[in-house]
Amino acid sequence: MPKIKYIEHSGREHEADVPVGWSVMEGAVKNLIPGIDADCGGACACATCQVYVDPAWLSKLPPKSDMEETMLDFAQELRPNSRLSCQIKVTPELAGLIVQMPKSQH
Amino acid sequence: MERIVIIGAGQAGAQAVATLRAEGWDGSLALVGDEPFAPYQRPPLSKAYLSGAMERERLFLKAREFYREARCELLLGHPATAIDRIAKRVHLKDKGELPYDKLLLATGTRVRRCLIPGSELPGIFYLRGIADVDAMRPHFATGARLAVVGGGYIGLEVAAVARKLGLEVTVFEAMDRVMARAVSHPVSDFFARIHQAGGVRLHLKMPVQAFEGKGRLEALRAGGERHEFDLTLIGIGVEPNVELAKDAGLPCDDGIVVDDHCRCAGDLSVFAAGDCTQHTTRDGRSVRLECVQNAIDQAKHAAFAMLGKPISYREVPWFWSDQYDLKLQIAGLAWPGDRLVMRGDPDSRKFAVFHLRNGVIGAVEAVNAAPEYLMGRKLISDGTVVSPERLADTSVPMKNIA
Repeated sequence: MPKIKYIEHSGREHEADVPVGWSVMEGAVKNLIPGIDADCGGACACATCQVYVDPAWLSKLPPKSDMEETMLDFAQELRPNSRLSCQIKVTPELAGLIVQMPKSQH
Repeated sequence: MERIVIIGAGQAGAQAVATLRAEGWDGSLALVGDEPFAPYQRPPLSKAYLSGAMERERLFLKAREFYREARCELLLGHPATAIDRIAKRVHLKDKGELPYDKLLLATGTRVRRCLIPGSELPGIFYLRGIADVDAMRPHFATGARLAVVGGGYIGLEVAAVARKLGLEVTVFEAMDRVMARAVSHPVSDFFARIHQAGGVRLHLKMPVQAFEGKGRLEALRAGGERHEFDLTLIGIGVEPNVELAKDAGLPCDDGIVVDDHCRCAGDLSVFAAGDCTQHTTRDGRSVRLECVQNAIDQAKHAAFAMLGKPISYREVPWFWSDQYDLKLQIAGLAWPGDRLVMRGDPDSRKFAVFHLRNGVIGAVEAVNAAPEYLMGRKLISDGTVVSPERLADTSVPMKNIA
């Protein structure tokens, strides 16, 4: 299973093995990693699962859908490397991915 | 040690466990559920779980370790049968009694049963839990003839999945439009057209009168005719599980009545959250909401109130539905008499309907239109006065609308 590194806003790091096909959001929620709310459970309906993707990994991710793009546009504390973690599907190529969580999702 | 007991292992129950521990509750904690499962997400049941795109493991809201770390006792498959508010005990089926110091009722809803002749025949399904989908899915074979009774969220989401899986689908709706309880006329009309274009036969104003079959569903009667089917999904709404509360003498109406701290009237130890509750909105209307947002937010509010730091419930409700490639997102609550403003063109499969009330937005229904939904939600929350002309003008970006 690809290993993904999640870094809390405080700097605390977590590593989790996330099954291929799951989302980066699910990898955090199912492994008790705080900082991602994902109120809607991954339906791209709530914008409470924002992460900052490590710049080295940005270009390796599939592009944002229009829906993700616009949802993010309204998220708090947006950065150029912001993504919705429910929309990033884990693939073998993403082993080692590093994401950081914002201060708050609301 | 003091104990908080939560009855109802759903979205609200799981959220309450998380918030209580995050906010420092150090006493004991028990979560009681009717189903044999730990809390799971219901929204995917009629979508990705039914279609097979999402396996069961992914439905669960939290990992099992979450409950261990939260020191939360899970009493699953042991429905609560009674509440003794004087002795402060919950009676469980096959599991004795559970004393509590504070009690949260998050009992949710159950499907409304269809009580017409033949409605007990095998081949007729409802959709509320994992077990319902597991029972139904083997029958979702290509070419099977599916009758959907009720053109609401559940019925239409199942219709969309069934079409994708190659079933022949017919929807019977008693009202004159689909999703009549949930959306405005233009949105109803849009989704009716989408389903028809997707190959669904849609019968409006056609209540089903009876089911027929020898030992198994073979047909149903509606509109004076006999229609043959292999299976039926009934989605005609839900009823709140209020009996426990009612029998314990707690005030109930269409739901368990709570104040804006999610407290039940007349008992400082009892709280309620989620689909089973009825509360008064900030514009003074009494409602019972069926949605993830209300389950999460009321559970948080109930947890805060239980810990002696109540905050008033002022959240704007939000809802969503996925059908085909369309995402319907709704924020706020529509009321009769709202002035409707259309933004965008339904034919472009991307539009929004705003509900205006005294100059402010009361609700927004957005189809594949996230900016309208998110900005709408914010404007509703802030009570910002908006111009209907600007709202209708798609050349004005949503960010600059107010």
